Amino acid sequence: MSEGVDLKKRRFLTLSTAVIGAVGAGAVAVPFVMSWQPSARAKAAGAPVEADISKLEEGQLLRVKWRGKPVWVVYRTKQNLEDLPKLDGILADPASEVEQQPASCKNPTRSIKPEYLIAIGICTHLGCSPTYRPDVAPADLGADWLGGFFCPCHGSKFDFAGRVYAGVPAPTNLVIPPHSYLSDKVVLIGVDGGAS
Amino acid sequence: MSALQNMVGWIDDRFPMTKVWNEHLAQYYAPKNFNFWYFFGSLAMLVLVIQILTGLWLAMMYKPDADLAFASVEYIMRDVNWGWLIRYMHSTGASAFFLVIYLHMFRGLMYGSYRKPRELLWIIGMIIYVAMMATAFMGYLLPWGQMSLWGAAVIVNLFQAIPIVGEDLAIWIRGDFVISDVTLNRFFALHFLLPFVLAALVFVHIVALHKVGSNNPDGIEIKKGPKGNRWSDTAPADGIPFHPYYSVKDIAGVIVFLMFFAGILFFAPEGGGYFLEAPNFEPANPLKTPVHIAPVWYFTPFYAILRAVPSFAGTQVWGVIAMGAAIVVLFLLPWLDRSPVKSIRYKGGLYKGFLAMFVIVFVILGWLGTQPATELYTLFAQIATTLYFAFFFLMPWFSKADKTKPVPERVTK
Repeated sequence: MSEGVDLKKRRFLTLSTAVIGAVGAGAVAVPFVMSWQPSARAKAAGAPVEADISKLEEGQLLRVKWRGKPVWVVYRTKQNLEDLPKLDGILADPASEVEQQPASCKNPTRSIKPEYLIAIGICTHLGCSPTYRPDVAPADLGADWLGGFFCPCHGSKFDFAGRVYAGVPAPTNLVIPPHSYLSDKVVLIGVDGGAS
Repeated sequence: MSALQNMVGWIDDRFPMTKVWNEHLAQYYAPKNFNFWYFFGSLAMLVLVIQILTGLWLAMMYKPDADLAFASVEYIMRDVNWGWLIRYMHSTGASAFFLVIYLHMFRGLMYGSYRKPRELLWIIGMIIYVAMMATAFMGYLLPWGQMSLWGAAVIVNLFQAIPIVGEDLAIWIRGDFVISDVTLNRFFALHFLLPFVLAALVFVHIVALHKVGSNNPDGIEIKKGPKGNRWSDTAPADGIPFHPYYSVKDIAGVIVFLMFFAGILFFAPEGGGYFLEAPNFEPANPLKTPVHIAPVWYFTPFYAILRAVPSFAGTQVWGVIAMGAAIVVLFLLPWLDRSPVKSIRYKGGLYKGFLAMFVIVFVILGWLGTQPATELYTLFAQIATTLYFAFFFLMPWFSKADKTKPVPERVTK
């Protein structure tokens, strides 16, 4: 019996019930989705860390853990620093135009102090940690290799300032984390100290 | 009536037991000319059961905690009675699953099993394949070895390449800024859940199959042919009941498969470093990437495609897109093939040539994906990637231009 039935009203009520139901389902999905975000504990683990670099010798690399990621401190030799400009022609972003570093490190050596490179040791391609290859002209990297970092996962190459070579899978230079020098030989990683 | 018949009758009045049995087994008429290639569907179901059963047992002894996971796997391997066997069944079973599925998919490719009216059947199968890849990927993180950690890091970072939302999406998936205990814990939960989703999808796959009927090596629709066979006047003349004919045939396949499976299980459970990779015998270390990262063999063709594409315009999203496209393009197969015939038996040299090339290219990509990315290999991977896509994108042309042979009315041997 459809006489006396207000079909318009029925349709409106059906639709509004469906819409309210969908909103409710959407709302209840929020806590489930948001619970996947980093927890307060994971965020707290992102606090700055101090690194003592007094024992670091020329040519050596020190790994520090910050936010669960490896941060490298490399004591570059004079030769390393002199080699940097020679590579400008074969790099993707030699002048560090892409913002992968704090303003204090947007310079030819990508560092606050020229001799110390402080970079996040994670390839900007897919997150492997590149290997430190300070050796010049090794067999596997070719005669033009002046030292730097080589990512074993997908073959990306970076120079001694963490600048990426052109034509490799990684699109950008290595990230320079915000950092500042607490003293001559102690670095605080995670806090930007500005230009020194 | 006997007591048993009474009981069956009692159930049938309340649940369609006999009806389901007949519709899907005893009176499901499959083409009578199934060959070797038709073993792999049932074998895939067998391997899924093996994976669920061994996985459940492993879950009873495994600890999804970054501090305990690696040691708990070693505990299973060394201290738990027969733990090593259950664990190797599971790890080798993963490789067996993909091998069987790749052969199952190749069967579809050869005999045009994705063609009308089986497009949806093929798509459901592809969804199963993608779900399998997700399951395998999450499972590989659980032993918390070096390759577990770094393999997962690479794959999760794929999402990071997506413009704008990528970074936040990757953090959301990990639940942390790097792959950590949080990620391990949730991957374990999802790895436990997904096989049941897979089982449900397999059910849907079979429902779809039984709606349209099985294809066969001749690519002929037996439902369109003459009617009447020994069992029924209305059933296709070229059909035979699945049970007992194919159920018995499949049991023979199961026995041969299990012989090979047991052989690998007992004599080469690591598969020469292809099923269980060497760096995974070292606990995960977030500060040190293994010298050479390669996924397990069943992902390497797509991994090689990912690596083949260089970044440009300041983003590396292109490689990710290429890898995604390599999988997505498989979904489109039913609409790319324009050949007037389904089966390779009646296709011409042009199609066969392209299919042969595709198989070779897929194997080469798979091998390249296991190798370090040298300049020469990257070049090879770029050529192979081009040929991989050429197979799909040129298919509308070569499947049409191909000289086909006439298709017989009835199925042949």
